[in-house]
Amino acid sequence: MTREWRRVCALTDIPRRGARVVRSRAHGDIALFRTLDDEVFALADRCPHRGGPLSQGIVFGRSVACPLHGWTIGLADGCAAAPDEGCTRRFAVRVEDGAVLLAEG
Amino acid sequence: MRRLKLVLVGNGMAGARVLEELLHLAPDLYDIAVFGAEPHPNYNRILLTPVLAGEMAFSDIVLNDLAWYARNGIRLHLGKKVVRLDRARRLAIAEDGTAERYDRLILATGSSPVILPVPGANLPGVLTYRDIADTEAMIAAARRGAHAVVIGGGLLGLEAANGLAARGMDVTVVHLMPWLMERQLDRTAAQMLQRALERRGIRFLLETKTAEIVAGESGRACAVRFADGGSAAADLVVMAVGIRPNTALAEAAGLRVERGIVVNDTMQTYDPRIYAVGECVAHRGATYGLVAPLFDMAKVCANHLAHLGIARYEGSVVSTKLKVSGIDLFSAGELAGGAQAEEIVLHDPAGGIYKKLVIRDERIVGAVLYGDTVDGAWYLQLLKDRQPIGEIRDHLMFGRSHLGDAGHKGESRAAALPDTAEVCGCNGVAKGAIVRAIKEKGLFTLEDVRRHTKASSSCGSCTGLVEQILASAVGGAYQPADAKTRPLCGCTDLTHEEVRKAIREHKLLSIPAAMKFLEWRTPDGCATCRPALNYYLIAAWPHEAEDDPQSRFVNERMHANIQKDGTYSVVPRMWGGITSAAQLRRIADVVEKYRIPTVKVTGGQRIDLLGVKKEDLPRVWADLGMPSGHAYGKALRTVKTCVGSEWCRFGVQDSTATGIALEKSLYGMWAPHKVKLAVSGCPRNCAESGIKDVGVIGVDSGWEIYVGGNGGIKTEVAQFLCKVATREEVLEYAAAFLQLYREEARYLDRTVHFVKRVGMDYVRKRVVEDERGRKELCARLRFALAGYADPWAERAQGAERERFEAIPA
Repeated sequence: MTREWRRVCALTDIPRRGARVVRSRAHGDIALFRTLDDEVFALADRCPHRGGPLSQGIVFGRSVACPLHGWTIGLADGCAAAPDEGCTRRFAVRVEDGAVLLAEG
Repeated sequence: MRRLKLVLVGNGMAGARVLEELLHLAPDLYDIAVFGAEPHPNYNRILLTPVLAGEMAFSDIVLNDLAWYARNGIRLHLGKKVVRLDRARRLAIAEDGTAERYDRLILATGSSPVILPVPGANLPGVLTYRDIADTEAMIAAARRGAHAVVIGGGLLGLEAANGLAARGMDVTVVHLMPWLMERQLDRTAAQMLQRALERRGIRFLLETKTAEIVAGESGRACAVRFADGGSAAADLVVMAVGIRPNTALAEAAGLRVERGIVVNDTMQTYDPRIYAVGECVAHRGATYGLVAPLFDMAKVCANHLAHLGIARYEGSVVSTKLKVSGIDLFSAGELAGGAQAEEIVLHDPAGGIYKKLVIRDERIVGAVLYGDTVDGAWYLQLLKDRQPIGEIRDHLMFGRSHLGDAGHKGESRAAALPDTAEVCGCNGVAKGAIVRAIKEKGLFTLEDVRRHTKASSSCGSCTGLVEQILASAVGGAYQPADAKTRPLCGCTDLTHEEVRKAIREHKLLSIPAAMKFLEWRTPDGCATCRPALNYYLIAAWPHEAEDDPQSRFVNERMHANIQKDGTYSVVPRMWGGITSAAQLRRIADVVEKYRIPTVKVTGGQRIDLLGVKKEDLPRVWADLGMPSGHAYGKALRTVKTCVGSEWCRFGVQDSTATGIALEKSLYGMWAPHKVKLAVSGCPRNCAESGIKDVGVIGVDSGWEIYVGGNGGIKTEVAQFLCKVATREEVLEYAAAFLQLYREEARYLDRTVHFVKRVGMDYVRKRVVEDERGRKELCARLRFALAGYADPWAERAQGAERERFEAIPA
């Protein structure tokens, strides 16, 4: 399957240890996370617990703490840390020449 | 990289606990091998008593099954007793010749029961009570025999006696001392216990010395003869007169041994490659026979083995709980407190209740509870934290629930609750679910229970109840966390106080600098430590430390309160709760323009606009033209006022003007938690000053100031601080108290927690008696607040625009 990559913003548009939201027509809000080491991850902006906006949580390591009830969600796999259970949707994302490319397919 | 070889000798609770902690800290550091003399995986030795009494099966008490060892790649040599250590070649060698090489070795050889040196002590039918084999032998003997004699009226002896009686034997307990459990109980409690056990058919012979165990015709034990000439029939004799650390292996290897294997505060023996933990060690001259200290030791040992080297073991305060169902008994600390000690005693012989607290220097140093042990965990916590009890002394005896506990209908007796009873109202967790999780997942700490069940993890008001459930489910293994040594979070072993001290003394000005200096284990912390660090930095170094928005909780980053649907609420500041037609008109216009669904008047006399979209926030703030109400922050919230002498026919002081002045003087103050104030214009106290962090009440001759009140989860009445004459003094004393709180409270402690921890005497000393100190505290707060800019105004003019706007598709 070929992916359709789309430039959404510059890496520097996302704060380190923070997130920005991309408003996608097909998938609703997608949260783009940037870690301390400039890794970028994309997850549906909905916590698997009660739908909290993950983009507003505190980002640490490769995790984000949901702002509503503090669930810890892994950025790489979209899944809640044990003993909580549940996953949110992941999207393919990469950084090229300082630009963040997202594939929504 | 070659992995270091770690060998554990002794597969009991202490040793296995070290491995669990170590695998958590450094999963790949060691190649691990374990020798266990018993042919079983690690099991919960303290639950042997329920097994003996027929309340549990062996399979229920296994802690780490064989799959656990396999999963963690541990080579397990079961049924192999290590008989020799070759320290020169670094080998541990078992009876059958099996040998493992080690780089680091842990000795966790436990202890053995003491066998009385009397004739007949090794006859068949004479048992000790130590492991599952003893327990099974006793169960088998109970099936055959009629008469049992238990020698030793200590904890273990009584549990054995009760178990044998429950299995239908006719039991006599023989005890050398004048009363039972003389190390844990005073005479009164011991006699109550004895009577309760007598009602179950157990007989007692006190001050009786065993002289000989007599063999019958079959060659098995048939009777016990005493030094006074008397005797008792005995088809089974159980010796439970004490334990002796197993030190032979260490001694033969040339390690220093006193009462136990001598270890330092990092659990190392005289050979630094060899660690020792558990009942086999002597630490600072003390040996321990209870499980809770073993866990403390295991934690320290694992920390050191993981090359972190920060933790130290400094001894344990132990508590005892008798595991005999139907009898509630708790004991901790010293029972004879010495010359300066006082005792508070509550004794209801008819009701079967006896409580004694031993107090020295305003602190609990010992506690004995019989019949009602609900507050055992609480007393133990007060004892371990060395918390001053002067202020609650009158209520101490009646327990924690008497101090006021809202949220679960005042219910505080964990044991009496049915499984269906809801314990945690925030997360809807019933008692049954908590007990199940504790048993099935092998949980021992409050943190574990919170993680697995969510009980008490939100508002925390049911913490005491959850602790009690934990204590009743795991018995003596329950270890209330020691607040003084509890680390800030999993990223460090340092406490809040140690972190703050380092930030002050080494002038650390940013989170990365603090983490680097304090050797944080994670590269950028976690959602627990980052907000705390951020607060400690800006509180210690105002105007200099970097305030990191990414380390603040969403509300403080967005300057609005996030709601369940991801929208926000906006509360504009109305100084002292006073508003005007112009403000109300602007608010009404904003509500209509941005289609804000809900408008609500708050408890703090403000107006809350709920359901504002994130992207609308800057424009809403611009149109309102009012400063931030900080309703979203660990910060100054509101100063609530009554109308006071300006209008009220009872008012004696101008509470509104004082409230406004107070609020303006504290504007922009970040704190460990939210801060709410109130000013009333007369003692009728319509502004409810009695439940505020700082409450002021006008009287004819001036103002009374109260601190540490709380109207939230648990209603707490504020305590009287002092009386002052003028408005300027109100501002100065309030500022000094709040600065003391800002400087010395732990992050997320409300003023009530802070005042309880340090005591009201200390607060008065710093804020009232020390005039210079008060003025300095006040000056430091004024300096921190100087030049604070309204965050809404800045953002209304375009600051941080990207935080509010999404990237369009």
